[in-house]
This record gives sequence, C-alpha cells and structure tokens, in this order.
Amino acid sequence: MKNAVGSVQSALIIGGDSDIAFATCERLVRDRLQRLILAGRNVENLESRASALKAVAPAVSYRCLDLDVLDFDSHEAFTSEAFADGDVDLVIVAAGLLGDQARDEHDPARAIEVIETNFTGPVSLLIPIADRLVDQGHGTIIVLSSVAAERARRSNFLYGASKAGIDWFSQGLGDALHGSGVGVMIVRPGFAKTKMTSDLDIPPMATDADAVADSIIRGLRRQSEFVWVPGKLRWVMAILRHLPRPIFRRLPL
Amino acid sequence: MKLLSRLISDTESRNLPDDRLLTGWGRTAPSRATVYHPSSIDELASIIREPHRRGLIARGLGRSYGDPAQNAGGSVIDLTAMQSIHEIDLEAATVTVDAGISLHRMMQLFVPLGLFVPVTPGTRYVTVGGAIASDIHGKNHHVDGTFGNHVLRFKLLTSSGNVIDVERTSQPDLFDATCGGMGLTGFILTATIRMIRIETSMVLVDTERIANIDRLLTKMVEDDMRYRYSVAWVDTLAQGKALGRGVLYQGNHQNVANSEGPPELEGPKRSRLSVPDLVPASIVGTMTARAFNEFWFRKHPRLERESPEPLSAFFHQLDMVENANRVYGSRGFVQHQCIVPDGREDALRWILELLSRDRVPTYLVVLKRMGEGNGLLSFPVAGWTLAVDIPTGWTGLSALLDTIDEIVLDAGGRLYFAKDSRMRPELVKPMYPDIPRWREIADRHDPDRRLASDLSRRLGLRGS
Repeated sequence: MKNAVGSVQSALIIGGDSDIAFATCERLVRDRLQRLILAGRNVENLESRASALKAVAPAVSYRCLDLDVLDFDSHEAFTSEAFADGDVDLVIVAAGLLGDQARDEHDPARAIEVIETNFTGPVSLLIPIADRLVDQGHGTIIVLSSVAAERARRSNFLYGASKAGIDWFSQGLGDALHGSGVGVMIVRPGFAKTKMTSDLDIPPMATDADAVADSIIRGLRRQSEFVWVPGKLRWVMAILRHLPRPIFRRLPL
Repeated sequence: MKLLSRLISDTESRNLPDDRLLTGWGRTAPSRATVYHPSSIDELASIIREPHRRGLIARGLGRSYGDPAQNAGGSVIDLTAMQSIHEIDLEAATVTVDAGISLHRMMQLFVPLGLFVPVTPGTRYVTVGGAIASDIHGKNHHVDGTFGNHVLRFKLLTSSGNVIDVERTSQPDLFDATCGGMGLTGFILTATIRMIRIETSMVLVDTERIANIDRLLTKMVEDDMRYRYSVAWVDTLAQGKALGRGVLYQGNHQNVANSEGPPELEGPKRSRLSVPDLVPASIVGTMTARAFNEFWFRKHPRLERESPEPLSAFFHQLDMVENANRVYGSRGFVQHQCIVPDGREDALRWILELLSRDRVPTYLVVLKRMGEGNGLLSFPVAGWTLAVDIPTGWTGLSALLDTIDEIVLDAGGRLYFAKDSRMRPELVKPMYPDIPRWREIADRHDPDRRLASDLSRRLGLRGS
C-alpha cells in the first residue's frame, strides 16, 4: 500500500534499464519499498541493475521480467505475471527510444519503431495494467513523457510525436481513472543527460537522471499530476507553445 | 400504491452497496472499496456470508486519521445505520448499545440522565465500535484508562458468521485482542458500557499558561492526580528557553454542591459551522502556523481557576466546526501520535527540539500524561503521549517523522494505529511486542484472514 506521504511498498518498472527509472528506484528502495519488479528487453542488464540496488537495500525482493514492449500479444500475459505476487502500488513506464531524427524521417521502419516503443507499446501495456490497478482499488502510474511532447520541433518531431501520443493518452487515462483510487502522473523532463542522450550535445537547462528522480519523488509526496524537470521548463514551454510558427521555426531548438 | 412502492424502493436503494473512494480523517491515501450499509444484524450476517475478493472491514464515522477503515478493492461495511439502545441500567450506570452509535448521540441521550461516556477523545463523532477497536483514550487516561476498560461485554460477529458473547472474564483473549484490534477480529455488534455518573453537564476547568516544556512536565507530574481530566496544548514553534511552552487544561466534573443555581444536565448540540472544501494547500505554511500558535498561547489567561465550561467546550474543541480537517487543504494532513514511557522525558524533549528546529508548521499539538496500559495492540503505556498535526504538503515530512519514530522506538515507546498513516512496517513488532499473541487470537477467529484493511496490508498486521 502507498502511505499518506506517497511512499510505496511495491513497484513495477517498464523499461527497468532506464537511467531515470534506476535513479528513482534507488530512492524508492531506501524508503518503504519491499518488492521491485524490473521489466525490459535485456534481462542481463536488469539483473545488474537489481544487484546494484540490492547493495543499497538487501531486504527488498527483486524480480526481473523479460518484456518486449513491441510484442503486443505478450502484454496481457506479462501483466498477469507482474501482478502474480500481489498488489503493485506504483507502475513506472520508462521504456523509450530516442531514435535519430535525420535518419529515421527517411526510414519508415525505424520511424515506426520509435512510435511503437514510445507510444503504441506503452498503450498496449497500460490498458491491462490500469485494469489490474482499478481491481485492487489503489495505485499510481507514472509515465515518462517529455518536454518534446509540448510542441513539434524540426529537430526531433518523430520522438516528439510519439511522446505527445503517450502524454495525451496518459492525460485521458488519468481522467478515466479519476475516482478509482488510481492516479496518473505525467513527467515531462527537458533534455536529460542519460545513456539515451549520450551522443548529443548538451543544451541549456539540461537535467539529469538524479534530478528527474528527485522530482518524481516530490511529485509522489504531493500527489502531482504533472511534473516538469526542471520546474521552470513549465513556464518556458508555456511561452514557446504559443510562439508564431515563423518565429518558432527559426529558434535553434 | 405508487407512493408505497416508491417508499420501498427508497429504503432499498439506501441499503444498496456503492463503490466509493475512502480516506481517513487526514484525507490522505484514498482507495476505492465497495461500501455496504446493513441496517440489521441479519443483513450484516448475510453480507459477511458472501464471498469478498479482497476481504472486508468495518467502518464507523471515519475519524481514524489514516487507513484502518479502508479496504482497497475490497469491501467496507459501514455500521452507522445500526445505532439502537438496548438497555439502560440506571442503578448500575451501564448501557447496552449498538456499535454504530456515536458518542455524540450517547451524550445527547444519556447526559440528561446523569450519565457521561467513560472516555471521550477530542471528537465525539466516533462510534462505540470504533472506540473499542482503537481502544481510545481521553483526557482522563491517567485516572480511568482506555474505553476498553469500561466495556463489560460485547457481541462479536466473526468473519465465519458466528456471534460470540465476549466478556472480559469468560473470553479474555478475544476481549483483549478486540480492544485495540483495529477491527481485525470481527464485527462488534453491541457493547455494554459502564458510564460515569455526573451531577451537572459542566466541567470546572483550571487553565494555565506554562513557559516551557520542563515546567509543563513538572506541573503535570505534580498535580495531574488532583484532576480527572488533564491535557496540554504545546507550541512546537517556540524556541530556546520557551521550547515546548503551552497551555495546560485540567478539570473535574462539577457537582451539585459547588454549582450555583439549578444544576444543568444538557447534552451536546451539533455545530452549524462547517469548513468549505476550498482551502488551498499553500496557506498552511510555517508563517500561518507561527501566527496561530502565538495567538493561541496569548489568547489564554496566565492562570484561571475553576471556570465552568459545558462538556462539549471542554472535551470537543475539534467539533466546534464540522469538517475541521479541511483547514489543511486538499492534500490533507498527517497526525503523528507517539508515546514514550515515564523516565524518557529526554526523548520527548528531543522530539520537540526537532519540530522546533525544522520550523514544522503545526497547529494542534497535544501532550498528555498516560496511566498503565492494557497490552496486545492497545496503544497506551504509562508515560507521555504527544500528538502532532502536520499538513502533508510540508517538504521533509516523511524523513522527519521517520527520525522521530526512531527516537520513540529507542525510548521504548510506540505509535498509535488509529492515527498512523505512514509508519515503517518493521517498527510494528518492536513497538508492539505482544503482536505474535494477537495474531494467534485473530487467526483463531478469522482463520481465512478475510478481515483486511489498508492499514493491515500496509503494516502487515496479520503477519506472513
């Protein structure tokens, strides 16, 4: 069960090898977490993440589950497996693929992979997961969206479109679940220095996995529905969202 | 005919179960459950016979601060429709009532007969069932003990459908496991309670402002026994030499002999004031709290003797406005109530220092001296109990309360389940060393562990 200050006792991470998810787990296992399920494509990576966490919190029970976000047919069975040991208080959807805009916009197969990893796959997972959470009468879903979901940008509109998709789906899901005891929190980080972005130049107002994780924990404590990292991005984007296109297009974003 | 059928359908619809989000009085950690509203024992028994996927738990007026009367995804049985009086024995000063009756209703009915509830918490809107399940205490714990100490017997409907007459002498195990058992041994149906005889509905109150915690503790040790009721409000935002300054309220029931004019025996009235659900979470910060604490301290006279006050004004300041819990804003609040045994006043002082150092925005901090405890899961032990309200939005709340819990544990103290909404499950066993025996008794009467609440899940109360 979650408690009055947003601490959880069990968590399922979709994309358990994500740096942001790992940083968040480091904080959860030091708090009230008793059971952690890491799910992802590469079980070896998950296991090394789990053993790193075990060094911090040996009393927590860890489980690594093989999950292919793109294998939609497996998602129902995966969900049953993930909920087999009891209630899941918190689900974090952290699976994501940045892609390479310049290359992918001419390669439909790669473009589809970005869209499916960031949008279709998470939707396919969130539907059975949300049903399970409603059945248990409580729970929190955290979806890692992005500041890129706020407005299409020339430099990353494929990634942005996929994040916009999952962002809007999650907002609607949050409304659909209102009153069910299940809450949805959408996290919109700016550029985060993680392994996903290790090849890119670092823009201003960049953040990192630890900062995002701190914001996620604060969001849980305050029962936030939206979390921006850094927080001031919310106001920056409020302006950028409304800039006329001819101006926006010329910005070096 | 039409009217009649509408009347019938109205009564039926009132009893239909509904799915609802529930929280405790602190308005935190909501969860959804199917809520049943039985109006008779037969109806309750047939509800219990149905399968319940995620178990069931009784709920009264929802005044516990955390999650003991919630059951996420499961069933919650609201027992407040059952509030009959079965027997009044004026000679023995005992009454037998349904568990769903509130202390408010009991005072309305019995104060005019010269009978007062033996124990009342800071609110009279709690049910008798809840009072037993939490084994509540009041300002008279140092003299009269807990509510359970005044219960002669009760009927318990177990999860397997048996009705057991539980008397302290004939069923000591089940009696002790149910008093303070947070509803996890069964459904209390009726209870026979020994009341306190009163001659008037007034309390003679001595009020004194006390400059700091050391004087407060000394004063409470020195003369608590001269009063049936005693409690102190503490300003945790005061610092330095004023650390733990407060206002001490001590009182006794007024007798006919010392009252002027004809004696009054008047029950309480329901408040007409209510807090709207509009308070923004942002206004309950440290500044507001400091201003309030300063005002509250100054508002009291330095010293006032034998001031007559009506029962509700003395006992139930929280009930002056309805929905007083809304003043903390939409995010709700945590009430932390701990107890440290006599001789560990150092721990108490340390806790006050932490609250003061971190400028924690507190409004309602209550210190009370407790008498001997009852064992199993009942909260009190001989010592000092401190209850603190803190809005949930305050940053650092979780870590601070965890630190305080460690101090309490180290001092051999414990936390109160009726207030808890965030303690570490690992602390339950060291704080309640009798829990293995309680688990045995609970398992004997609920072998399939059908009785479950968010509290029991969160803290693993029933064991593995």
